[in-house]
Parts: sequence; C-alpha cells; structure tokens
Amino acid sequence: MSETFQLDGAPVPFEPGQTVMQAALAAGHYIPHLCYHPEFKPHGSCKLCTVKVNGRTVASCTMPAEAGLTVESEIEELNALRRTLVQMLFAEGNHFCPSCEKSGNCVLQALGYDLEVHTAGFRHLYPDRPLDASHPDILLDFNRCILCELCVRASGEVDGKNVFALSGRGIAKHLIVNSESGLLSDTNIALTDKAMQVCPVGVILKKRVGFNMPIGERRYDERPISAQALDDAPRQTDASGNCEACEGTP
Amino acid sequence: MTDTNNNLETAAHPENLRRVAIEQVTRVEGHGKVTLLLDENDHVHQVRLHIVEFRGFEKFIQGRPYWEAPVMVQRLCGICPVSHHLAASKAMDMIVGATLTPTAEKVRRLMHYGQILQSHALHFFHLCSPDLLFGFDSDVAKRNIVGIAAAYPEIAKQGVLLRKFGQEVIRITAGKRIHGTGSIPGGVNKNVSIEERDYLLKDIEQIVTWSRESVGIARQLFEQNLSLYDNFGRFKAHTLNMVRADGALDLYHGGLRARDMNGKTLFDHYDYGHYWDVIFEDVKNWSYMKFPYLRSLGPEKGWYRVGPLTRVAQCDFIPTPLAEAQRKEFMAFNGGSATGATLGFHWARMIEMLHAAEVIQELLHDPDLQGSDLVSIGERQERGVGVIEAPRGTLIHHYKVDDNDQIVRCNLIVSTTHNNQAMNEAIRSVARQYIDGKKLTEGLLNHIEVAIRAFDPCLSCATHALGKMPLEVELLDAEGGRVDMLTRSSDGSFCAAA
Repeated sequence: MSETFQLDGAPVPFEPGQTVMQAALAAGHYIPHLCYHPEFKPHGSCKLCTVKVNGRTVASCTMPAEAGLTVESEIEELNALRRTLVQMLFAEGNHFCPSCEKSGNCVLQALGYDLEVHTAGFRHLYPDRPLDASHPDILLDFNRCILCELCVRASGEVDGKNVFALSGRGIAKHLIVNSESGLLSDTNIALTDKAMQVCPVGVILKKRVGFNMPIGERRYDERPISAQALDDAPRQTDASGNCEACEGTP
Repeated sequence: MTDTNNNLETAAHPENLRRVAIEQVTRVEGHGKVTLLLDENDHVHQVRLHIVEFRGFEKFIQGRPYWEAPVMVQRLCGICPVSHHLAASKAMDMIVGATLTPTAEKVRRLMHYGQILQSHALHFFHLCSPDLLFGFDSDVAKRNIVGIAAAYPEIAKQGVLLRKFGQEVIRITAGKRIHGTGSIPGGVNKNVSIEERDYLLKDIEQIVTWSRESVGIARQLFEQNLSLYDNFGRFKAHTLNMVRADGALDLYHGGLRARDMNGKTLFDHYDYGHYWDVIFEDVKNWSYMKFPYLRSLGPEKGWYRVGPLTRVAQCDFIPTPLAEAQRKEFMAFNGGSATGATLGFHWARMIEMLHAAEVIQELLHDPDLQGSDLVSIGERQERGVGVIEAPRGTLIHHYKVDDNDQIVRCNLIVSTTHNNQAMNEAIRSVARQYIDGKKLTEGLLNHIEVAIRAFDPCLSCATHALGKMPLEVELLDAEGGRVDMLTRSSDGSFCAAA
C-alpha cells in the first residue's frame, strides 16, 4: 500500500517522485492549473495551482508529495487569489472570447468560468500585438498569449526545433518566433508538431479551421474544466488494473 | 414655416432659433436623438435625426483572419446578429470560392427566417404596439409593453411566444439564441437533427396561425384609422431591395432591384458583387451614419428606402400561399395607398413575418436539413461581397482579404444606413404635419418617434466608418462658458472657433 498525504481532508496516495499535483489528479482530485501539462516537466509559473502545505503556500505542480503532508486547495482564500490571477491575465492581453475561435476549448476561459470570474477586475492594458499570419497553414495571435511556455517547451523538448521563446522582462515579456525575420514562415514548424497541440489559449492556430466545431460539441461546453482535467490525467490503478477515481466519468 | 427651407435639413439662419431635442429616441435599437430648431412662433426650421453612437467595426476587423468575420462582426448587434453573421458568411463564401451544398444553404435559410420572425415580432409587439394600440399621444405611463400586457394580454403573450420560437430556430441552427457560430465560410458547422426538427415542428402550426392573425391586426389598424395611417409621415422615395431570379420575395439571396419614386425601374436583378457601381455613400458633418445613394441619381436626389415596405411592394410575388394572399390584399387596398405610407411598414412587416413562418414550416419538412455535406471550398478569391435582406432591409458586407488570410478592408452598408435619409424625410414630413406652429407636448414629439420606429431602425448597426467622423471639442472655463472650440468636419478638415 502506497503512502498518503491529506488533500482537503481526504487521503491521497502517491508514488515516490510524484508531485502533489500529479498525485492529486491521478487520485481524482482537481487542483486548478494553467501552465502544468502532464507530458512536460513542471514549470511553476502561472501559480494557479498554489496550495497550502502545512500552512505554507507552494505551487502544487512543483511540490514533491510526501507522506503526512496536510494540503489545502479548495478553500475560498486560495480561490480568491486564483480568481485574481486569472483576472490579471485577462486584463494583460487582448482576450475577446466572443470572437475567438478557441472559445469553448480554451483553458483560460474555462478556468474563468470554473472560478466564477465575472469581470476582468483590472483596467485592460490593451497591448498592441499584431498577428503573425505569414505561415501558409498556421496563424499566431499573440493577443491571447499567457506566457505559459508550453509551446516553448514542446517545440524544444519534443519537436527539437526551438521555434518559440520568451523575450523581454516583467510586463514587457512576450512570445517571439525564433527566426531571423521573426516570422513564423521562416521557421520549420509543421502542423504535426507537438507545439501545435499544446497552446491552452488561442495563440497557435491551424489556419482555416475557425468555428468548424459547433457550440455544444466543444471541450468545455458540457463539463467544466475541473471535470475534464481529471479525464486527461494519468490515473492510479490498483493491482487488477481498476481505477477507483475513474468511476462515474465518461 | 419658412418658405426658403422646405427640406428642413439645415435652417437658413439657425441663430436665435430655439432647440428642442428628443434624446434618446426610445423603443428603437441603439442610441439616436432628434433635434428641432423652432422660431418664436413655433415654426419648424430644421429637423435632424442624429446617430450619436459610434461602433467602428469596419476598422477593427482589419488584420483579423477572414474566418473570424462572421462571428466577430455580428457582435455589432444583439437584435439582428444573424443577418450580419450570414451576410459576412456569404462574403466569405466568395473568398473561399464555395458553392453551398443544399444542406448548408437550407440550414442558413432556416436560421435567417427564424431571425426575421423573431425580429419582426419584437418590433411590432414590444416596440410599436403601444403607439399603435393606445394612440401616439396616449398616456405615456402606459405607452409601453407592460401597458400592452395589462390591456391586451393575449396579444402580448403571442408577441413573446412568436419571438421565442424564432429564437429557438436560431439556437438550433446557430448554436445559441444570440451570437451563435453556425454559419462558417463555405457552409455551416452543423445540420438539424431529427430531434431538433421535431422540437420545432410541434409548434410551427400555431406560429403560422398567430402570424396570420398578426397581419390581421396590422391591417385592421390601417383600415380603422385610414386617413391617419395613409398620410402620417408620408413621402415619396426611390426604393431598393433584393429579389429572386423569378422576381419572388427572397430574403436570403438574389439580385438587386431599384425603382425611382415614380415606379420606373432603375436596375433589376443586378449582381450585388459589384454593388459599388450602382450604390455610393455620402457623409454629412452632423451624423456618424453615412448617407448612401443611387449613383445614377447623384448624392442629393439618389437617396432611397429599403425594408419590409419596399420588399413586399416591390417583389413580383411571395412564394408562400398565405403571405402571397396577404400581399395581394395589401397591394390592392385603397388603390395601393399603403405601399407608400410610412405606417404601411407595420403591415408589410407582418406579411413578411407570416412568410417567414411559412418558409420555416416548409424547410422543416425538407430532408436536406439532416444532410451531412456541410461545407464546400473552391478557388480562393481576394474579394467577397455578401448581401442579405435583413429584417430592416438590404444589408451589404464587403471584404478584401490578403494572401495571408487577413482582412485588409471592410465596408458595411447596413439596412438602417440605407434608410438614413428616408427616416429624416419621414420625420420632416411629420414635423410639417404635426409640429409646425403648435405648442410642443410630449405626445406631439412622440409623433416624430412613431415615424422613426416605423422603419425599425437599428442605430447600433449603422455607424462604422472610422477616420471620417465629425467631431466637436469644446474647451470650457470653470463656469461652463466656452473658451475655445475645435471642429473636425466629415472631410477631415479642422476648423477652430473662438
């Protein structure tokens, strides 16, 4: 029998080397997150997954699971902070969900709904971020970038192409394309690249797809992200291959 | 009234005239105001309908990918977004070189006629019935939809349920009641399932019946108040609409037909892909809304009227039996006088609502709605024009898209924009008939609004050009006195005045 820690009063089993986030998701417990992706090394930058471990705030995606930890996640104090973080992201970029083709499939939007973010809460910065539509098959809409670096990680670690990078510091930090001209058309990115599949928002888009998916069939139309994220997570199975946390999910 | 200023657009000597403003014009979509300039004897010297909001969609769609246009541009309106959704989609069909599949065209038609039904019901029952059923100068406290619900509960209920049905048609075809995504470049993203079809079919007979009764109400109002309805805000206008190849009323697709105010055909079945050869736009320094005109007649005389009244009077026939029977009665009534009456709009609008209900009924029995061939793509084009007959009249969307798939130019000529001068003519006619030389009352001023409402204007939809808008900046001292003023006119020139 594996060791456990307590998450919001429930025992969560874990394997050695797992983080609090990995163990929680595998056991069917959702902790809100943006930059964490099960296929990549933890990044710890978005801070949405902040939890209290024995009273101290830490990022659950980087915190190694240990026996006997007392972890608090689903508490109003933390959800209020998460709400503020999401609001800041909405205010910092140009997120016009009504005309965004990622609507319904967007992690940021889904988190906003799940955390009951009703307004941006801050004055919008309205940054000027022109599109890069130079590539014949791929569109970059930098307006929606939340600097999670998933594309940077995917393009570097999986595709081996290093098409994307972050440049600048602080509020001036922004996503760039790693080519001499700065244009995507001058890179060797391909539609089949992992970098094409990981953007949680509507920055990296396959051209001419647009609104082909009807309302009602989009990822977060029927179920909130707190349920969908659990479906995506690698699950803990018992010796006979059964997964207790999977029961009841489609 | 001054003899030197019969058109009432600009007073010859505005100084010393008293200014009366109707601000905001109520029970219309969007924000507008009317100003009147009167002399000491209450004679009217100037009447203008001002559109005071600015929207700017033509500008900020620039740079966006073309497939975003049908979803983004529809946001300029919450009442007739489907019309913009479909007009933009039709333009994008040209961009992607599509020939629509039967399923795609019929699902879009169903969406559009659902939109016509809900918008016409909203206008007639919610916005105008208080004027029409209670009287233009009736008790203002009751002259609203709540007053209607109290005095005529059955009519109010029918209005609400007719609109609801139209909204349900839109939800099923577009995904949402307002601002859906169903129509995409080259087709649609969903068909209508058997379950969805049956859900709509169970109510459609009742909807057709209520729509038929609504025509009866509109007709009865006209008959019972013939002199008022015939003459109120009457003016002669050139007319423009779209008709099917056989001359039938078709609100989704066809060619352009224009007639002058004497009924002479100026052009017919004109390919709207080159609309700019027959329609041009003028700007005036007192309104954010442009003034379109028929090129052959010039900017001064070429203004025209669009919308239900024009469409019903100017088509050769309506291709559904109940509405066609009503059209014939409308055309024959009192020697055809209703076809040129400003309040004839209401009657024509209800005939169109009946037609929409019949088209929906017909389409719901068409198995093509359940087809799976949803999108067609052909040879890519640089320019796309989409024209549709929206609830309020002819709607033109025009886009140019570059090789990177980004929109570089957009021109929208919205139904209400076409009617800009016509609405001004109507309120000037009312001012001459009812206001000139009389002591102003709320009821009298409402006559102006009644004339505007007849057109069902959507002022939010109508103001998009950026860079040409007139602007006035005043510098005031602490007491509110004007120290300086800078005016930018519609041609972009600046003028400073002390």
